[in-house]
Amino acid sequence: MSLRVEDLEVHYRTLRGDVHALDGVTFSVADGEIMGLVGESGSGKTTLGKSLIRMDGRMRHVAGSVTLDGGDLPIGDTAAMNRFRFTDVSIVPQYAMSAMNPTRKIGKMIRELVESRKIRFSTVREELDRRLDLVGLDRGVLDRYPIELSGGMKQRMVMVISTLLNPSLLIADEVTSALDVSTQRAVALALASFRDHELVRSMIVITHDVSLVYQIADTITVMYAGRLAETAPTPVLVSAPKHPYTQLLISSLPEVGIRYDGKRLTGIAGSPPALLDPPPGCRFRDRCPLAFDRCAEQPPFVEIAENHKVACWKATS
Amino acid sequence: MTQQNTDPVGADVEPTPVGAATSEVATVPGVATVHTAPVRREALYFARRNKKLLGGLAVVLVFLLLGLLGPLFTGDDPLAYVGPPSASPSGEWLFGTTTFGQDVFAQFVHGLRATFFVGVVAALISGVLGMVIGFTSGYRGGLLDEILNMVTNIVLVLPVLAVLMVVVAYLEVRSLTSQAIIIGLYNWPWVARAVRAQTLSLRAREFVDLAKLSGAPVHRIIFREIAPNMASYLFMVFILLFGGAVLFAATLDFIGLGPTDGTSLGLMLNQAKQWSAMNLGLWWWFIPPGLGITVIVSAMYIMNVGLDEVFNPKLRES
Amino acid sequence: MGRYFGRKLGIYVLTFFVAVTINWIIPRFMPGDPVRTMVSRAGLQDPAGVAAMREYYTNLFGFDLPIWQQYLNFWGELLQGNFGTSLWAYPQPVGSIILAAVPYTLGLLLPAILLSWWAGNKFGAYAARKKVLDNTVLPVWYVLTATPYMWLAILLAWALGKVAGIFPVGRSFSASLQPEWSWLFINDLISHWFLPFLSLFLVMFGGWAIGMRNLVIYELEADYANYLGALGAPQRLVRRYAFRNALLPQVTGLALQLGVIVGGQIVTEIVFDYRGLGYLVLQAINANDLFLLQGIFLFIVIGVLVANFIIDIVYVLVDPRTRVGMSA
Repeated sequence: MSLRVEDLEVHYRTLRGDVHALDGVTFSVADGEIMGLVGESGSGKTTLGKSLIRMDGRMRHVAGSVTLDGGDLPIGDTAAMNRFRFTDVSIVPQYAMSAMNPTRKIGKMIRELVESRKIRFSTVREELDRRLDLVGLDRGVLDRYPIELSGGMKQRMVMVISTLLNPSLLIADEVTSALDVSTQRAVALALASFRDHELVRSMIVITHDVSLVYQIADTITVMYAGRLAETAPTPVLVSAPKHPYTQLLISSLPEVGIRYDGKRLTGIAGSPPALLDPPPGCRFRDRCPLAFDRCAEQPPFVEIAENHKVACWKATS
Repeated sequence: MTQQNTDPVGADVEPTPVGAATSEVATVPGVATVHTAPVRREALYFARRNKKLLGGLAVVLVFLLLGLLGPLFTGDDPLAYVGPPSASPSGEWLFGTTTFGQDVFAQFVHGLRATFFVGVVAALISGVLGMVIGFTSGYRGGLLDEILNMVTNIVLVLPVLAVLMVVVAYLEVRSLTSQAIIIGLYNWPWVARAVRAQTLSLRAREFVDLAKLSGAPVHRIIFREIAPNMASYLFMVFILLFGGAVLFAATLDFIGLGPTDGTSLGLMLNQAKQWSAMNLGLWWWFIPPGLGITVIVSAMYIMNVGLDEVFNPKLRES
Repeated sequence: MGRYFGRKLGIYVLTFFVAVTINWIIPRFMPGDPVRTMVSRAGLQDPAGVAAMREYYTNLFGFDLPIWQQYLNFWGELLQGNFGTSLWAYPQPVGSIILAAVPYTLGLLLPAILLSWWAGNKFGAYAARKKVLDNTVLPVWYVLTATPYMWLAILLAWALGKVAGIFPVGRSFSASLQPEWSWLFINDLISHWFLPFLSLFLVMFGGWAIGMRNLVIYELEADYANYLGALGAPQRLVRRYAFRNALLPQVTGLALQLGVIVGGQIVTEIVFDYRGLGYLVLQAINANDLFLLQGIFLFIVIGVLVANFIIDIVYVLVDPRTRVGMSA
């Protein structure tokens, strides 16, 4: 499968006007690829994830197109999208902890969900059991209520449910944010194993945690203020980032084995611009240590090396 | 028993967060912060634009003014015999007269005063009582919680009419104030339950833990951490209490357990029933008072819905 | 779970004791002497006869005994199922008087509460998903809940009873008829029953509908609803889950309402002159009939506590989230 997103623009309608959450995003995900989508809060990564499967009431598809396996994905038309959901595109949501109906036994809920999509539960029953084994969940979990499960268990359960019908594209939105470190690792590895076992063709892993995607992603895309800043294969992005924002992100990560005696962790000063009425030009301009006058004009997202694209005048000049 | 004097939007039976706006308040560890200025401004911004809130408020204010100023025009004694008996509404008698020739309009505006008075006072009493018990019960837990729960249950179970009849038999002269006090002392259980449930859920939140770690005394935690998060909810509770008190007072007056002097909207209905206004077709005697109560209480409920929209961003129509 | 219910039961029993004691105390604080009322009813002129009668009644009802002994005797008789003898309707036992009035009250309130609950839930859920309907009927429901009950009752009695003449106004059945299983009587009963029923139904309906509408809206926005939608589940399924989850608090509310009904709806019975439990309460008060009052209050207390207890059980069975708190 392959996903191709061209110039996607998605706005949020608010009482004070339109928030330009996604302002012209172009990228593609190849067959079998795990792409990490990284950015701070408000960068638009969750909006991107949501747009690809189900927009909420206030989102509007303003421009751009999405193509999945050569066919157009009608993301703006929620009724038309229904036939792609769960089977072609699926999502492990940010709220996975509360994603299951609290008053229904898990097994019963899955059965009702699957049957409502016109699929006989008996045909997926065996597969369901195998997936449970794969993520390390006891088969008896199907007879329990969500409240009886721990956070990590619920997360893995939702992963199993979302991937049950072998979607071409899986969007994993902040799947490890609410977990402790060791469970994070288990969940991340489980995700990767889904792809390795070809239960899922491709994945977009959305997170603010660079070190997570470093472990499992093939490529990493960095988003800033509704636009893409840089995208590159993982080893390249981590060792030789070209966009100033990416550089600051990577350098702000603590390294194992190094003692920061008397030295504080430096973050990136400032905060992203409000997207209600975005400033012209490069959006990182105000926080960028390398900014110069050309930055008043929005830099295009161009390829500077194999599969390595940046939107920065400094990087491309 | 009495009319459903419980929260019509279901907040009393289970702590449904529908009526609650547990807005996330930014707190710096160790420093208690009430709603920061931007949040308050935002609430005001939406409040000024909410049609339900403004509309409801306008209606209530109109009636309040009528109750405050009306009696100045109609004279001091609404029970005086001033006109021809059973006269239908006309230019001279806006709401007609009763079978005794009393001015119905005069009774109406005097009754409004009584209604508002009882509503406000009773709401305050029940509100404060319910909140104190609810907070303590929810925050402290343990044995205190169990005891307070039992007290709440007992008050719920007591037939209010029984207590009232005894009180009524003893007090030769019953005033508006005593009626307000009695209603106030009876209407608090649902508030206590709802506040307790909210407190329980807020107590487990991190900012309270931080406040406890910083050594803040209990009352400070309740007032500066928990209560502000529930402020919007408490506001709405008061509105519901007011509406409930007005309806309850009207019912009591109607049965004959109301104040012995003066007049109120419920008493007008009582009189109308007693003197067969229904059978005699004196519709102007019983329609205005009931209509007045209905409109005021409806306006309050609609205000409540508006307030809910103001405080809970998800409900606002974009 | 057994310990949880055991503790609950214990608390209920304790509440029962306290409530019943308070109920026992209250009528005794009413001014007025029941014995004197009874004696004066007999209309004796002769002072010696009056004194003898006083002594007879005082003895009979144990008013000459010290208070604590009266209290213990009360419990003793209660546990034997004896609710005492009515003063107002002497010598009828309180139990049978109450039992005679109960069917009228229950027959009025039970259908009104159940029907308004069911209809309110249905319409409330419907309004939660159809914005058009929501904007038009929601205000109507608010007005219904805000309407003082007796005013609505009077309006109905006046409009449909007096003006339109469709229904009779007053009493539970025509004065000329006797309760019996005949078509004539049943017809008459229903026509007298209808207006009180309608007035109760309308007022309660609004409240349930509003509550359900809010609950369903909340559920439809819940995370599980979003997840199901993201996985392409039809709205039908989401609505089914939302409705079922929203019903839970409504069930609690229903139980509370049902518990209180045994007290009768005094206002209804006044407006329509309907002879049920409420009517009895009024008569008992006027006649200083302690025992009848005690009996009725007892009825109410038991009713409320039983309803609450049943609801606690039902809730635990139906909502799995409550079970977690118990193992903690």
